[in-house]
Amino acid sequence: MPASTEEAGSPPSREGGGGASPTDRPGPIDAVPVRHPGRYVAVAIIAMLAAMIISSFVTNERWDFPYAFRVMNYTPVLEGLLKGTIIATLGSMAIGITLGVVIGIMRLSDNPVLRVVGFLYTWFFRGVPRLVLVILFGTGIGYLYPTFDIGPLPFSQQLAEWLGLSSDLTLFSLNVNQISSTLIWGIIAMGLSEAAYMAEIARAGIMSVDDGQREAAAAIGMGPGLGMRRVILPQAMRVIIPPTGNETIAMLKDTSLLAYLPLATELFFQTQAIGNRTLKIMPALTAATMWYLVLTTVLMIGQFYLERHFSRGYGATRAQSKSATLRSRLIGLSEGGAK
Amino acid sequence: MSSSASGGMPLVHAVNVHKSFGSVEVLKGIDVDVHAGEVVCLLGPSGSGKTTFLRCINQLETIQGGRIWIDGELAGYREKNTKGGRRLYRLKNKEIAAQRREIGMVFQRFNLFPHMTALENVMEGPVKVQRRPKGQMREEAMGLLETVGLGDKSSAYPGQLSGGQQQRVAIARALAMQPKLMLFDEPTSALDPELVGEVLQVMRDLAAQGTTMIVVTHEMAFARDVADRVVFMDGGVVVEQGDPAEVINSPSHKRTQAFLSRLRSEHEQVAKAAADLV
Repeated sequence: MPASTEEAGSPPSREGGGGASPTDRPGPIDAVPVRHPGRYVAVAIIAMLAAMIISSFVTNERWDFPYAFRVMNYTPVLEGLLKGTIIATLGSMAIGITLGVVIGIMRLSDNPVLRVVGFLYTWFFRGVPRLVLVILFGTGIGYLYPTFDIGPLPFSQQLAEWLGLSSDLTLFSLNVNQISSTLIWGIIAMGLSEAAYMAEIARAGIMSVDDGQREAAAAIGMGPGLGMRRVILPQAMRVIIPPTGNETIAMLKDTSLLAYLPLATELFFQTQAIGNRTLKIMPALTAATMWYLVLTTVLMIGQFYLERHFSRGYGATRAQSKSATLRSRLIGLSEGGAK
Repeated sequence: MSSSASGGMPLVHAVNVHKSFGSVEVLKGIDVDVHAGEVVCLLGPSGSGKTTFLRCINQLETIQGGRIWIDGELAGYREKNTKGGRRLYRLKNKEIAAQRREIGMVFQRFNLFPHMTALENVMEGPVKVQRRPKGQMREEAMGLLETVGLGDKSSAYPGQLSGGQQQRVAIARALAMQPKLMLFDEPTSALDPELVGEVLQVMRDLAAQGTTMIVVTHEMAFARDVADRVVFMDGGVVVEQGDPAEVINSPSHKRTQAFLSRLRSEHEQVAKAAADLV
C-alpha cells in the first residue's frame, strides 16, 4: 500500500521523475478492489435453496430419479430420440436454412416477382402455427392428394377430358400414402415453417453487410451471384449464426409437436406413453426433460465453434483465449468482461 | 477492339455525361478523354461530382444521359440498328461484370474483404472471376503484395492492418486483375496523415510504370508532380483542365482560384499550428 500512494502522489509530468531510467518503472497497481458484500449474501441464499431442492430430489420418492434414468435408456425412447427428435431437427433445419436463405435473397432481389413470392411465402408459413401445420401436412396431404399423377403437360387430365381422349394422359402415378411416412411429412412441415423465420434472419444478415463490399465485389468483376456467394454471405453468416443457433434449439424442442401428428417414433410421444402405461407420469416427463437439456447443451457448444469460425478476421483477441471465451459465451461468466 | 496508343482513340471517352440522384443533378454534361498511359487527377470541392463521375466510369452508378466508351466499347449498353434508327439495349449483369473486369478500382474506405487474408483478397478476383490457376496466382499475388511493400503481411486479415496497409492491399487486389485502367476514389482521404505518404508512393510507382490512372484526390502536391493532366470540376461541370502546374499555380477560372486559395489557407493554418507546437 505505501508504494501505491507514493505513485499516486506524483502527478503526470512524463519526463519528470528526475531522469528516471527504464528500470524505475512503477510496479503493478496494488489497490483494494471494490467489495461486493451483497454477492456473498446472494450466494448463501441460492446455495441454501439449491440444497433444499436437491434434498427434495432424494427424499421425495415421487421424483423417482432411478426410474427416470431407466426410462431415458429404454429402446423405444432412444429410437424416438434418434428419429423423431435428432433426425427431425437436423432434417427440418436443413430444409429451413437452405430454403430460408433462398427466400431471404429473393426478398432482397431486384426482380419484383421474386420479391412478392418471397413475401407471400413468409406471410403464409409465419402466419400458421407449427402444430397446425404439422397436423395439416401429416394427415391432410394424404387425404387431399392420395395420388400424385405425373403427365406430359400441366393440366394433362383436364386437357384429356376436354379433348375427349380415352386415356387421361397420366404417365405414372405415385401413391402418396405408400411412399410417405409421418416422419417425413413432419420434417417437411417443420422445415417449411422454419424457412419463413430463417428467411427473415438471412435477410437481416445480408442487409448488415456494408454496401462497400458489394461494390468491391462488383469492381473486381464479380456478377451479383458470385459476389453474394463469395463476399456477402460469408460476412452475413456472422450475423446469421447466433439467431440460427437459437432457431435450432427452438426446433429441437418443437419436434415434440410431432407427437400430435401423431408420430410414434418421437421422444415425447414415447415418454408420455410410458408414463401413461406405468402411471409413473412425472418420472417419464423428467426423462424427456433431461434428454432435451442434454441435446440443447450439445447444440450450444456446437454454436460456439461455428461462431468462432465465421468471425475470423474480426477482433484478433478472440482466437487467443479459447476456453475463457467458450465459458463466457455459455454462462456469461468471465472475469475480464470489459475487455 | 484493342486501342493502343497508335489507334488514337482514347481509353476513356466520356461524352456529355449526365447523372441525377432523384431531383438533384450531380453531373451536368461531363466531357473527359483519358488516353492510355495517362495519369489524370480529378480535382474540385466536395459535392462537385468528381467521385460520382469516377463511379460512372465503372458503372457503379448508371448514367441518365451521354455515353462513356471504355477502350472503344460502350459502357453498359449495346447500340443496334433497328427500323426506327439506332437504339440502345441495356447489357445484362454478366456483361456489365465482364466490362468491369477491365477496370481496377480503389475505394476511399478500402472495402477489403474482412473475412479473407491479404493474400486471399488479392487472389479472389483472378481465381474466382478470371479462373486463373490458384498455384500460379498465389505466386503472382505474393509478388504484388511485395511491390506494395507488404510481402510480410500476406496472412494478415484486414482488421489487423493499418489504414495505409489496407489501402495498399486494396491497390494490389485491383492490380491483380491486370486492368487496362485504374480508378482511385480519394484513396488517402480516410487515412491518418502519417500514413498518406506510403499509399501515394505506391501510386507514384504505378504512374511511373505507365499505368493509366484516374485519381480523385485532394493531394495537390501529388496531382502537380504525378498527373499528366488535371481536370477541375465544380457544380457538376468541368470548369477547366490542362497541365497540372498551370492549373494549380495559375488557374484561369475564378472557381478554380477560389478553391485553390481556400485549400492553401487551410494548409497554412495547419503549418502554422504545427510550427506553434515545436
